[in-house]
Amino acid sequence: MNSKAVGLKAMRPEDLLTPTPSGVCCRTGGFHIDPTRPVDKAVITHGHSDHARPGHGAVLATEETLDLMRLRYGDNFAGSTQVAKPGEPLTMGDVTVTFHPAGHVLGSAQIAVEHGGLRIVASGDYKDAPDPTCAPFELVPCDVFITEATFGLPVFRHGDASGEIARLLHSVAVFPERAHLVGAYSLGKAQRVIALIRQAGYDRPIYLHGALETITRYYQQRGIDLGVLKPARGADKAELAGAIALCPPSSLQDLWTRRFPDPVPCFASGWMRVRARARQRGVELPLVISDHADWDGLTATITATGASEIWVTHGQEDALVHWSRLRGLKARPLAIVGYGDEDENDGTAAGAGGAS
Amino acid sequence: MNTFAELLDRLAYEPGRNNKLRLIADYLRTTPDPERGFALAALTGALSFQHAKAGVIRALIAERTDPVLFELSYDYVGDLSETVALMWPADPAKRPNAVPSLSEVIETLATLGKAQLPAQLARWLDALDETGRWALLKLVTGGLRIGVSARLAKTAAASLGNKEPNDIEILWPGLAPPYTELFAWLEGRAEKPISLDSAPFRPAMLAHAIEDSDFASLDPAAFTAEWKWDGIRIQAVTGTADDGQAVTRLYSRTGEDITKAFPDLADALRLPGAIDGELLIVRDRRVQSFNVLQQRLNRKAVTGKLLADFPAHLRAYDLLVDGTEDLRALPFAERRKRLQAFIEKLNSERVDLSPLVPFDTWEALAAARADPATAGAGTDADAIEGIMLKRRDALYLPGRPKGLWWKWKRDPLVVDAVLMYAQRGHGKRSSYYSDYTFGVWTTGESGDELVPVGKAYFGFTDEELHRIDRFIRNNTIERFGPVREVTHEPDRGLVFEVAFEGLQRSTRHKSGLAMRFPRISRLRWDKPPREADRLETLQIILEKIEAGRSGTSPAVAEN
Repeated sequence: MNSKAVGLKAMRPEDLLTPTPSGVCCRTGGFHIDPTRPVDKAVITHGHSDHARPGHGAVLATEETLDLMRLRYGDNFAGSTQVAKPGEPLTMGDVTVTFHPAGHVLGSAQIAVEHGGLRIVASGDYKDAPDPTCAPFELVPCDVFITEATFGLPVFRHGDASGEIARLLHSVAVFPERAHLVGAYSLGKAQRVIALIRQAGYDRPIYLHGALETITRYYQQRGIDLGVLKPARGADKAELAGAIALCPPSSLQDLWTRRFPDPVPCFASGWMRVRARARQRGVELPLVISDHADWDGLTATITATGASEIWVTHGQEDALVHWSRLRGLKARPLAIVGYGDEDENDGTAAGAGGAS
Repeated sequence: MNTFAELLDRLAYEPGRNNKLRLIADYLRTTPDPERGFALAALTGALSFQHAKAGVIRALIAERTDPVLFELSYDYVGDLSETVALMWPADPAKRPNAVPSLSEVIETLATLGKAQLPAQLARWLDALDETGRWALLKLVTGGLRIGVSARLAKTAAASLGNKEPNDIEILWPGLAPPYTELFAWLEGRAEKPISLDSAPFRPAMLAHAIEDSDFASLDPAAFTAEWKWDGIRIQAVTGTADDGQAVTRLYSRTGEDITKAFPDLADALRLPGAIDGELLIVRDRRVQSFNVLQQRLNRKAVTGKLLADFPAHLRAYDLLVDGTEDLRALPFAERRKRLQAFIEKLNSERVDLSPLVPFDTWEALAAARADPATAGAGTDADAIEGIMLKRRDALYLPGRPKGLWWKWKRDPLVVDAVLMYAQRGHGKRSSYYSDYTFGVWTTGESGDELVPVGKAYFGFTDEELHRIDRFIRNNTIERFGPVREVTHEPDRGLVFEVAFEGLQRSTRHKSGLAMRFPRISRLRWDKPPREADRLETLQIILEKIEAGRSGTSPAVAEN
């Protein structure tokens, strides 16, 4: 069906990258991408705990992803590590592997795997919306595109994140004696929310839950300006009146909130688009800010890659597979177990969770 | 429309009354006329237009989206308006260059024909954002449901000019959307609008609950007592319109016009004046319990059968206006005389005078309260929820003035129940488990089991709350979303003494009954759950209540 280099390309996509329940595996190159169980050699797209797990023999990832894994799992999180520079092809066995920015969180990458004229892009988690805290998504033309589908339903349209920040700041103005607690995943979302608040001109100190401190400090070390940040611990109630504080989503309804004056629970997540989800979590100010592509982003990206075959890893895969087939693309769900699981339990013990 | 949508969106998530007030006030302060006036109309339920049916909205989305994607989305979101609002394909190329204002939407809907509705809706949906579309669909289908009462919205409006909500209530019946003259007055730009309504509402006077310790300082001779009837407090106003016709309106305690629901009573009020009283159901001269009234209130359509089966009656407490004379500045004893004469002149079997309860000491009154049946109430005793005390010299003052009117409710019914589920509260109680579902024992398939009989949110101190909260955290056996199931075994669990005002049959609850005004009256840390009450106890109370109203008692006396 693909007329280019028919003679050379004896390999089917499934032979180059083989889907398994614990991630896609490249036998020719001798590695797995984002494996959910320990393997000899792992190629990792980004630092969220459902994709980046400890215990692999060797890990190939961007410098930031390796740093983040070290912060969360300690220095011995893998037998050995290798830094991948975005845009620089690496040879692994018979295949060429290239990292390209995915726009999801700091250090996140898509991984292009090529052999004999066939290119598959495993995009990990990605978003095509602007983000002041990480490199923008880069479109990589390919034959097979492996996509997530976290927000793979046409009800998910994230809109402009700065508009959501404006709603937050309006609420702070209307309730100057209450504290606004923003639940945000500790890797990526929290730092993006802070950066967006700063972009909107808010320059008072922003307070942090202890579980957000390490990774946020790392973002600052990488040169991302987040303004004045203070630990919420130790601050007295009067000081916290009218303040904005960030915490892991699991802490929003926790004993921790008792130090704040009449707190307004806010949650920055793509899930907040759906009212029932916001209500279930007791959120009073839902902020639709996501680190994943929304429905329009997913479908536009799939089209733009020019891929004739789409593999869908996790999320609302049924709808995205259906949509792809309506457009004459070959599409299949991969049924990988373990991606996206971090959304509900925020992994605060590990210091970072998955994102949404 | 988008700013109104933002307000609705925020109100829908905000549990606290004061915070809702501030959100509405902030909106009214920063939104120009006539937009804010139409918003106030939407929040107070003052709008009337033909609502769109769900079928219209389904048809619109079916024309624009793939059916499989729609079904998957609807299944996930669970609400039609919300699903359509979110997945509406807003094609930027087709997007109208102006977002419709709320005023435009409301004014258009008022005159739009049924056939034109779908196309007009589609044009608006194309122009709005997600929240705007959601609010539009909620508005046109008549399902705002954001937990804001008309009274709350008016209170927010009043706060713009530091006025009392009652000032607005008085004017309200004479005003119409978009209320520009009201806002002009509130903002100090114009004189107070003149109420031209011929049958306006006057803000109601309310009573304080009396505590045992209050009696020592009160002189029995300064007070009169009446039964506190368990119906709906209403104000029945009859005036004369410009054309000479009599106009009668029935208002709830908060000033909502409920005339349409009680045409039988409204027809009986022919004399100009304003009566403060209790709406009751009276059959064969017997006052029925609140349960019976509830059955009439639950029906939407007022049919001939409903009117015949549940005849509405007004038991008059007070007279605020006699003819065109305002009596509110007279002492209660004077008003009571005028009321008596007014009722006699009205001479309607639908309206009677609330009888006085004679007493000379507090002890005598306590005895009457404990046994209304023998203290003069006879077979109507089941519809009595206590005693009202009114100072003879009390003027009729709006709101809840101190020391003039007291309510002394009958002792509530109590039952010992076991805590089964808990949920976190809101506002100051957020993070604490303060909403409790409790149950009583019943015989199940495998022996005794607890069946939930009610939910309570208050009745405990902050210290008690902390202790219950700790108990719940340490004894959670399962979690269902925000709900925690708490240990409830015969020997392990927490027993509440629950007080409540009445019981009703209910098909919605597994136990088959529902409590009225349940609250926690005592924490029984000392009591093992096995000693809590059984469902049978509640069933007996329910049967007693029902027997009271069915008229089977042989003691029916000639009146």
